[in-house]
Amino acid sequence: MSIEIVRQGAELELAARVVELVRQVAGPAAEAEVMVQHDAEALTRFANSMIHQNVADAVTDVRLRLHLDGRTASGATTVVDAGGLRGLVERTVAAVRLSPPDPTWPGLTPPTPLHRTAGHHGSGERSGLDFGFDEATARATPAERAERVRDFVRAAGGLETAGYCRTTYSSAAFANSAGQSVEGRTAEAAMDGIARVAGSDGVARLASGRLGDLDGSVLGARAAAKARAGQDPVELPPGHYEVVLEPEAVADLLDNFSVFGFNGKAYTQKQSFAELGAEQFDPSITLIDEPLGSRAEPAPGLPFDDEGTPRESLVLVREGVTKAVAHDRSSAAEAGAASTGHASPASRTWGPYPTHVRLEAALAATEPGLPPAEPSNPVAESARPLVAGVRRGLLITDLWYTRVLDPKTLVITGLTRNGVWLVENGEVTAAVSNMRFTQSYPQALGPGQVLGIGSESILLPDRWSGTRYAAPALHLASWNLTGNASG
Amino acid sequence: MSHFDEASAAVQAALESGARYADCRVMVRRAESMSARNGDIENLGSGESAGLGVRALVGSSWGFYAVPDLSDSAARAAGRRAAQIAAASATVPGPPVDLVPSGAIEAGWANDCETDPLEVSLSTKGDLLVGATAAAKQAGADLAEAVYQVWDTRKWFVSSEGHRIDQHTRECGAGVWASVFGDGEIQRRSWPSYGGQYGTSGWELVDRLDLVGNAPRMAEEARALLSAPLCPTGETTLVLGGEQLALQIHESVGHAIELDRILGWEAAFAGTSWLDLAKLGSLRYGSELMNITIDPSIPGALGSFGYDDEGTPATRRDAVRDGIWVGVLAGRDSAAVAGLDYAGSVRSDGWARLPMVRMTNVGLEPGPHTLDEIIANTADGVFMDINRSWSIDDRRLNFQFGCEIGYEIKDGKLGRMLRNPTYTGIGPTFWQSMDMLSSEIVPWGTPNCGKGQPGQVGHTGHPAAPARFTNVRVGVRG
Repeated sequence: MSIEIVRQGAELELAARVVELVRQVAGPAAEAEVMVQHDAEALTRFANSMIHQNVADAVTDVRLRLHLDGRTASGATTVVDAGGLRGLVERTVAAVRLSPPDPTWPGLTPPTPLHRTAGHHGSGERSGLDFGFDEATARATPAERAERVRDFVRAAGGLETAGYCRTTYSSAAFANSAGQSVEGRTAEAAMDGIARVAGSDGVARLASGRLGDLDGSVLGARAAAKARAGQDPVELPPGHYEVVLEPEAVADLLDNFSVFGFNGKAYTQKQSFAELGAEQFDPSITLIDEPLGSRAEPAPGLPFDDEGTPRESLVLVREGVTKAVAHDRSSAAEAGAASTGHASPASRTWGPYPTHVRLEAALAATEPGLPPAEPSNPVAESARPLVAGVRRGLLITDLWYTRVLDPKTLVITGLTRNGVWLVENGEVTAAVSNMRFTQSYPQALGPGQVLGIGSESILLPDRWSGTRYAAPALHLASWNLTGNASG
Repeated sequence: MSHFDEASAAVQAALESGARYADCRVMVRRAESMSARNGDIENLGSGESAGLGVRALVGSSWGFYAVPDLSDSAARAAGRRAAQIAAASATVPGPPVDLVPSGAIEAGWANDCETDPLEVSLSTKGDLLVGATAAAKQAGADLAEAVYQVWDTRKWFVSSEGHRIDQHTRECGAGVWASVFGDGEIQRRSWPSYGGQYGTSGWELVDRLDLVGNAPRMAEEARALLSAPLCPTGETTLVLGGEQLALQIHESVGHAIELDRILGWEAAFAGTSWLDLAKLGSLRYGSELMNITIDPSIPGALGSFGYDDEGTPATRRDAVRDGIWVGVLAGRDSAAVAGLDYAGSVRSDGWARLPMVRMTNVGLEPGPHTLDEIIANTADGVFMDINRSWSIDDRRLNFQFGCEIGYEIKDGKLGRMLRNPTYTGIGPTFWQSMDMLSSEIVPWGTPNCGKGQPGQVGHTGHPAAPARFTNVRVGVRG
């Protein structure tokens, strides 16, 4: 039994029908935009080395935004029969007539073709690209997910394991009363698991557009190696430490930079650290939002946003210089810029932000590689050259429960998780207890603070949403650890 | 209109496909929200969501499938699929699954609601938010924001053990925020709390908040914070306001007593718990002033219901009594694994999500004092209130919280306003240092509790009052 895949074109027909209903109910003066999105998600979750939750759902969501007589209202429904759609339209029309004036309405997206990327060929006459779509991932069965879970559990060699294997499929269409009409689809797979022994946890995490890329055996063995190497930790005093952050930890930096820093609304409201054109990062830092994927990776996102704006790559930081923030039509109008295709159902209130950010990896080293690592080595392969360059510092696998203390400086507190080690003269010398940190993220990556970047970006799923990040390991001059397990 | 027939069809189909137990929830939810910024409406949205979710138990494995289609044929297909998914889990099986016993219940429940939030006109609601943000802006806010949210949920639950329960829950709430921009930093004040105040209640809750009347003071206090001295660094006596204490309870008690975390079922994502079931009934969690209850029957609190999503009636029970840990938040399967004889804390955030252990109303019982008495009896310390940031480790021990505002306490009186107050500690050490507790309980509502994979957003309630703690580390900075 596989994820339910609806007939291609069905969402576009639905969107067009709602636009026509709006015309019937509210007249030709109404400006309407309609997003129809069908999401099918299946997730096999394991804990205590057994599958304990195995879930699937398929939902079609119809979202209507309406602007009439200077007022705006939005409505949504999962009831897609004739009565449900008419109810959505009538409810939203009634709401817009009672709404206060909306002087900030940015208008509709005009008819605009989708961006095409090299190597992606057409899957439909309207989308013009197949978007790296992997049919096998979209149609994955519970048995295929369970097989990867079984491999993870076996590879952990008797350690207690927990995590999930997930496949998702989305197909969507957008239509508005200005004539924009686009559709597309995408699929994603992810696996995230820990192995545990005697109070020590190790993690392995990977996202991909292809379920076939996920090998439970590889991930389970990596998590187990970390857990075994993390036993009997020592407690270190708080202070500023040189650190190597593994890709899982770096993904947290990218997430917080995106949500609070490169958020177009936060930027226009002066709540972001971002200053366009300023050298805010080390020259080695380049950040790009890539919703359409790149380098033979299937696209992680849909090719357009909730306002029908086509998506494309957006360079946020180029060689240390902040270049752009993400916009929907509202924040773009306020900033005097153009939408970058980052509208979402929440972007008008929460603000638009990038959700597929890549931190560019360093060019592969030209010097001879390191000798093969021992199977028990807890260091991620891409982080090993960076660890070799540490005089005295910490190797941090993962960050946890990070929260913003001040949005402008992006000072964040959180904890380490899933493995920390002391590194002395390029060698891991001791496991360390989890520690709390309080650190400005832009400052940590500021000019002169980045001592090295790994040569491989790892695709990682976001913990909460369906977004993902591409992160290499990072070697940083200083990280402010403000507490340890004792308090 | 009832949807018992569709739910029954789904359950029957799951049983015919091999399930030894099945249940189904049909849910129809209407939601509405509006936000305003600097005197203008920013967003008005409404939504309707309808569907059913079927849970099936095959052997020792659960399966869950959900569809947005309430037809009889879709319900039957969903029941079959749930059983098939459960069967797939058998390739990585666990120990046998039992459920704590429950008799068949046929019942209905609805919360009290004086003024239906969806019946209040949009123009009235808009005027409220526009008025509040305009007032804050006029009083000096650089950025004034306000929001309200409404949820109206109808639910029909059927199980293969004979449950037939329908519920109608109306929830709403609102808040206003004033931010001012200084040289490289932002200060914000919130009324009445970090995210607003919410309850299982009608619009009368929002009326009582008086957003417009309190907005100017928020702007003035935010402006004053810019020039206030930083919270000092060191160990001191800490007095917390009720809203901050509600979050302290949520993070360091509520999540820690979730039985699925204690059993390791959330280990990879939400984390585990420092609590060991072998010490239930004997472990000292806090001082003797600490009495925490799990009570989904509190009228108006956001974590209230008639029956949870397994059909267990809302029942009050102790979690901590006289400082000793005595109870957990449990579901029927987790309770059976742990050898406990009660459940009643399982919910999901919608028809498309698997019900799981969630906080209901987890709160403190009142103490003997008032906030004024606590401050009058404090020679030297810091008062903090209204949450600004929150972080705690995956075992729910090491926490660090930031508050919007602080005041020094000198010789029994509030002194200077303090900027960027934070405090940190270890859960049981902190709770054991509580030596004064107020009687001024408010059931604070938290509508944004995240847990589970796929992620679910929970609505929880936390009755809390101001309290005093000794020897707390404050003023942690980056």
